[in-house]
Amino acid sequence: MTGQPASGTPQNGSALLEVSDLVVYHGQLKAIDQVSFRVFPGEVYAFIGANGAGKSTLLRTIAGLHRPSTGSIRFDGRDVTRLRPERRATAGLGMVPEGRRLFPSLTLEENLLVGASYARRGEWGIERVYELFPWMRERRNQRTEQMSGGEQQSVAIGRALVANPRVLLLDELSLGLAPVVVQRIYAMLPEILATGLTAVIVEQDVSQALRVASHIHCLLEGRTTLQGTPAQVTAAQVEAAYFGLAQTPPGAGPAEQGSAQHGPAQDGSAT
Amino acid sequence: MDWVNAVIQGVLVGGLYALFACGLSLMFGVMKVVNLAHGDLAVIGGYLAVGVIAVTHVPVLLSFLVVVPLMAILGYVLQRTVIQAALNRSVLTTLIVTFGLSVVIENGLLQFVNANSHSLGTGNAIITDSFQIGSQIQIAYLDLLIFAVAVVVLLGLQYFLSRAKYGRLIRAVADDREAAQLSGVDYRHVFGIAAALAFSTAALAGIAYGMYSQFAPTTGTDTILLFAFAAVVIGGLGSLWGTLVGGVVLGVAQLVGSQINSSDGLLAGYIVFLAVLVVRPQGLVARRAQS
Repeated sequence: MTGQPASGTPQNGSALLEVSDLVVYHGQLKAIDQVSFRVFPGEVYAFIGANGAGKSTLLRTIAGLHRPSTGSIRFDGRDVTRLRPERRATAGLGMVPEGRRLFPSLTLEENLLVGASYARRGEWGIERVYELFPWMRERRNQRTEQMSGGEQQSVAIGRALVANPRVLLLDELSLGLAPVVVQRIYAMLPEILATGLTAVIVEQDVSQALRVASHIHCLLEGRTTLQGTPAQVTAAQVEAAYFGLAQTPPGAGPAEQGSAQHGPAQDGSAT
Repeated sequence: MDWVNAVIQGVLVGGLYALFACGLSLMFGVMKVVNLAHGDLAVIGGYLAVGVIAVTHVPVLLSFLVVVPLMAILGYVLQRTVIQAALNRSVLTTLIVTFGLSVVIENGLLQFVNANSHSLGTGNAIITDSFQIGSQIQIAYLDLLIFAVAVVVLLGLQYFLSRAKYGRLIRAVADDREAAQLSGVDYRHVFGIAAALAFSTAALAGIAYGMYSQFAPTTGTDTILLFAFAAVVIGGLGSLWGTLVGGVVLGVAQLVGSQINSSDGLLAGYIVFLAVLVVRPQGLVARRAQS
């Protein structure tokens, strides 16, 4: 196991991010159902799950882009459940959204400048990002539209970093990228996190998540099916939780009702 | 020589049309709001100038120093309240709301000012003067001045959008509102600034129109808004320099048209407008160069 900043379960100290009994609807669909978790400073907290499990919805709700119908989100001891997304960003909740979402008509450097517009004080700046990704310096006046997926993803990470967030929400970093590129981006993660960042990641690639995470949390149709450190969970448990197979592993509070309601056959085919 | 003269006058009046159009284009480019009250706001700018001049006796050319900031504030406030509330429902709602705004403004002006036409006498001999090229072509300094103002306004907007911090944020928000929020940008504030800019250009357009011709409460919709729309569509939606191209094409078409038959100027302008819609619906200046 590489890149595991916090060993074991860091339950000491207070949580940096605390989500309690979150319920989020997409119209009629209950996308997130009673999900709770706590993230402690220095952790890499990974959400895994199949397509449509609600991982991205959860992250977007934490960032403020969706409104939960019930439940609460506390960040750094403060209730941010009703806070607008831009207020959460300036409070230190940064996010790299799914699909990168760069500003296509802006140059690379302008994208970073927008990220830095309302930055908190800290060690990340545009120069520091150029040190991390040296290729950016000479291409900074190019529009990002012409760049490869991996390059765009790096710019998106840089744009989030220059705001000096305390918690970085990373939504599907590997989406649409070649495996080699994904490896390269994940290889940078320890260096980024060494600056004192806490990360919450959403990842479809379970083995990738298990490699980098200090804590994993599996979702299935919006419900928690498994959580624990990578050392605590077995491959069989992860598989069962991921696909919603019959037996429910221990460690998840509300999971017992969850598994009772699912037909395993449909879930398996959803991947 | 008459034809050359028509083209030259058309180009010059095109600057005025670009001034009408650039604010409309900016608001559409940034917040997808088609501001049907845009022409009426220009007329308010004109009436404000009349009032400012009556009270303070400043020269017409300096009245913009008071009128433009007032209109900028009005733009920010209206955007943050009425227009934003409409946007929160849907983009279509903004059409209804700005149409309502237009009706309210026109009737308010009829009620509180009156239906008579006003103009802004320049009161300055040099500006009302003109010079001749050859024997046929006569160019008014005022027309030249308005054209120059239009170019300066467009250059200024271009510079602001590409260099200034808020210009960058305006482009970012126009590209992807949600991603901008994730960077801590309050897009409603940025929209307010874009509206302030658009209203400022409308104010300048109103003052310029008052010096060029004369306005009444209904001038906003029956002239300024129509010409602004035509210029925006001919030039290309969301493109700043497109509005200048569109304004010039419209102006030339109108003046060449009235050269053919003195009552067909407006018709010729709209024929070109329709022709562009059919042949090149994206406008002459394709793709958004700015904003």
